[in-house]
Amino acid sequence: MKLKSALLGAAAAFVLAPAAHAERGSDGDVKILYYQAVSTLNAYLSSGTKDVEAGSLVLEPLAGFDQDGNLFPRLVESIPTVENGGVAADLTSITWKLKPGLLWSDGTPLTSADVKFTWEYCTADGGGCAQGAKYEGVKSVDTPDDLTVVVNFEGPKPYPYQPFTGGTAPILQKAQFANCLGAAASTCTEQNSKPIGTGPFMVTDFKVNDVVTMAANPNYRDPAKPAFATVTLKGGGDALAAASAVMETGEFDYAWNTQINPEQQTQMEAGGKGKFVNAFGTLVERIEINMTDPSADLAEGERSTIKHPHPILSEPKVRAALSMAIDRQALVDVGYGGAARPTCNLVPAPAYQASDNTGCLTQDIEGAKKLLAEAGWTDSDGDGIVDKDGKKLTIVYQTTVNPVRQDFQALVKGWWNEIGVEVELKSIDPGVFFGGDAASPDTFQKFYADVEMYANNFDGTDAEPYMAQYLCDKIPGPDNQWQGENVNRFCDPAYDAMAKELSTTNGIEARGALVKKMNDALTKDSNVIIPLADRGRFSAQSNALGGFVMNSWDAELWNAQDWYRVK
Amino acid sequence: MLTYTLRRLLTAIPTLLLISLVIFLLVDLAPGSPLSEIPLTVPPEVRQKMMAAMGADQPVMVRYVLWLKQFFWIEPQYLIDYWFGTDFAQGAQRIISWQSKAPAFQIIGERLPQTLTVVGTAYFIGILIALPIGIYSAFRQYSWFDQAGTFFAMAGFSVPTFFTGNVLIMIFAVKLGWFPTIYDTQLRVTDWASFYKMIMQMALPVTVLALFNAAEISRYTRSSVLENLNQDYVRTARAKGMGEATVLLKHVLRNSLIPVVTVIALGMPTVFGGAIVTENIFKINGIGAALIGAIHVSDLPLIQTITFIFAVLIVLFNLIADILYGILDPRIRYD
Repeated sequence: MKLKSALLGAAAAFVLAPAAHAERGSDGDVKILYYQAVSTLNAYLSSGTKDVEAGSLVLEPLAGFDQDGNLFPRLVESIPTVENGGVAADLTSITWKLKPGLLWSDGTPLTSADVKFTWEYCTADGGGCAQGAKYEGVKSVDTPDDLTVVVNFEGPKPYPYQPFTGGTAPILQKAQFANCLGAAASTCTEQNSKPIGTGPFMVTDFKVNDVVTMAANPNYRDPAKPAFATVTLKGGGDALAAASAVMETGEFDYAWNTQINPEQQTQMEAGGKGKFVNAFGTLVERIEINMTDPSADLAEGERSTIKHPHPILSEPKVRAALSMAIDRQALVDVGYGGAARPTCNLVPAPAYQASDNTGCLTQDIEGAKKLLAEAGWTDSDGDGIVDKDGKKLTIVYQTTVNPVRQDFQALVKGWWNEIGVEVELKSIDPGVFFGGDAASPDTFQKFYADVEMYANNFDGTDAEPYMAQYLCDKIPGPDNQWQGENVNRFCDPAYDAMAKELSTTNGIEARGALVKKMNDALTKDSNVIIPLADRGRFSAQSNALGGFVMNSWDAELWNAQDWYRVK
Repeated sequence: MLTYTLRRLLTAIPTLLLISLVIFLLVDLAPGSPLSEIPLTVPPEVRQKMMAAMGADQPVMVRYVLWLKQFFWIEPQYLIDYWFGTDFAQGAQRIISWQSKAPAFQIIGERLPQTLTVVGTAYFIGILIALPIGIYSAFRQYSWFDQAGTFFAMAGFSVPTFFTGNVLIMIFAVKLGWFPTIYDTQLRVTDWASFYKMIMQMALPVTVLALFNAAEISRYTRSSVLENLNQDYVRTARAKGMGEATVLLKHVLRNSLIPVVTVIALGMPTVFGGAIVTENIFKINGIGAALIGAIHVSDLPLIQTITFIFAVLIVLFNLIADILYGILDPRIRYD
């Protein structure tokens, strides 16, 4: 085994060696396919992940996340910490030092003023900045000199790395965007489609939702990079066609998010022109339990609100039984293949905050039946459906229209039927389900069903804002136009106390331990959330593209400067 | 004829206004939200700010009136500015797509070339195939050629393009590797090599669409020629001793093409509208693909603008068809 890994290492070093000697622009054109086409390159006005990813080729944050979720410096000399004095001892400020001599692609120097401007841009009134959450709690940004940026927070911030890090918070050039503050943001078409950046490439042409062409940035800080002279970033089609274009016809070097079913994955791999690459992050497909009564008999405005606890699912044993009856490995095998793995956690990564919770991975139909019986649910009339006090255990299970989710629904329904639970399936157009329209009865926040299934994750590596979604005051209801992330209507003072503690806890281990406890409180201890699968990023890479490293913590194109052509 | 045209154009104005209102209300009432593609990591407060920045939180009538003003007043100014280098618009707010934050007309401008090239060529080729088939099928009614033509037309008309398209891609692009599967919208024809590339990437979508168009037009042509072949003037022509070729190509054809020309004119808006399904299958990223993409993300300004332009084109080509009818057939008089 040791010899094998040593040989593999040597082989890898041999393969990577040519990259070190490559010259800027020596490898021609690299063709990237995003089947959801790119709409804008300005992450702050983006309408989805695709835009943030494409923009990351041009615009860079101060620091990015590597494939293991660790912060690494991009435009700064080092990552500030309390130890090196970069983060104030009272955790109320963080000081970033820019690398000297950095230039924008137009040749002008990058200064701390640009960084400060970026904060002003995203927090300006009327701008509708999509990444506003990254700058939450920032009181001011100071620029004592051209290379120093001090971010002051409103209070102690145990995790001070939200602003200016990761592909979702890149630095904009002040000179270019100066007239695009606030309401003017969306009128700056030229700026939003051709931003000037510090990244390895610069935009040469931009066609909305169609194609972006880029050329190597002549002022990129590493004179030998990028190896590719141009980038063609094409959009259109669907995941299957995108996978085919890399794996079967070889027209493209890389295709993003090629989530196709396992059968098609095998078929594509037989094409022999590329391979699928994956990396696991924090995206978890889960079943959320409604702790309130969604019954249609209740008046509008009372339905699915905390006024009426759920008559069946408020009982922890019923929720535990529902979780136990599911065979998560079978779900993954049918739906995702290499693109997911079973999980029992809401926070599956990074390792320091992922609970070692694996109890749910083995399906236990008999155990589930026993739990239901303990809770008083037995099949008294012999029709195969358990009942209690003359009421049958029937639940409505909703999700979005999506082939994989419909497969999941069918399988889970089968297992739940086995333990005597009657299930009614419902699937809703994703545009409606995630649309958040307060007038629609079918949004996931309104939750007019007993259980619902979707996937969610968090930005970056710190789970604090994610865990804070399950606080009592984040429950959606008629009073707040059904806005709020606590769709389960879960409310536990003990959990709220842990969340409060997390917001003042410093130190990665202590924070990790707390996140684990909160994760367990939501999953294995209460089964308010039934995690199913940890969905990785899943893309297709051509054999002719070298240097690509999959990353689930930042933009997938995070290391495009290191890509090269395999000859 | 002129007064007729003017009258028709004037009556078109209220019609179009009504159409625009109906489209606007329909799109607005349709379920979905422009924020449905935004990752769930974006918290609700930020979402509300984004809605406000797009103006999507305004009452529907306010947005409609604003759109009317932008479409009929501000956008024409930009067009004039673009043509003559003037500055009438003075930076007034254009119709901006919610999804991409780019002006709707810029998007349409970027999309139109590939739609016109592919769908236009397909329409033209479809006509070229359809006319001879239709004429000869009628001339030799119930012959084997007519039967084959009928079969071809039925197949072309009833097999959906998403099926034929995918089958062609599977066979000729994936298995045989003759054609590309993804349309390159940046390809400019400058020499023979790029011309060849253009032909190659247009071949499959044009085949699919041409087949579909030819099927419809050939049926119209056939029935129109058939109708004329039984007319008295044909018998007269034959009685005068004219050859069959002269009878068919000179007398019958000229009369039979009148309704066919109308049908062709009425089909013209689809050339501009693009072929939503075919464009998506062949990743052409034309107008049709833009429209379906906009519908997916509830990009109301873009949907409204594109569908309204379709409406204008349909009204316009209806008028053109009527006028052509009047010109081609001396018996029709509108005044």
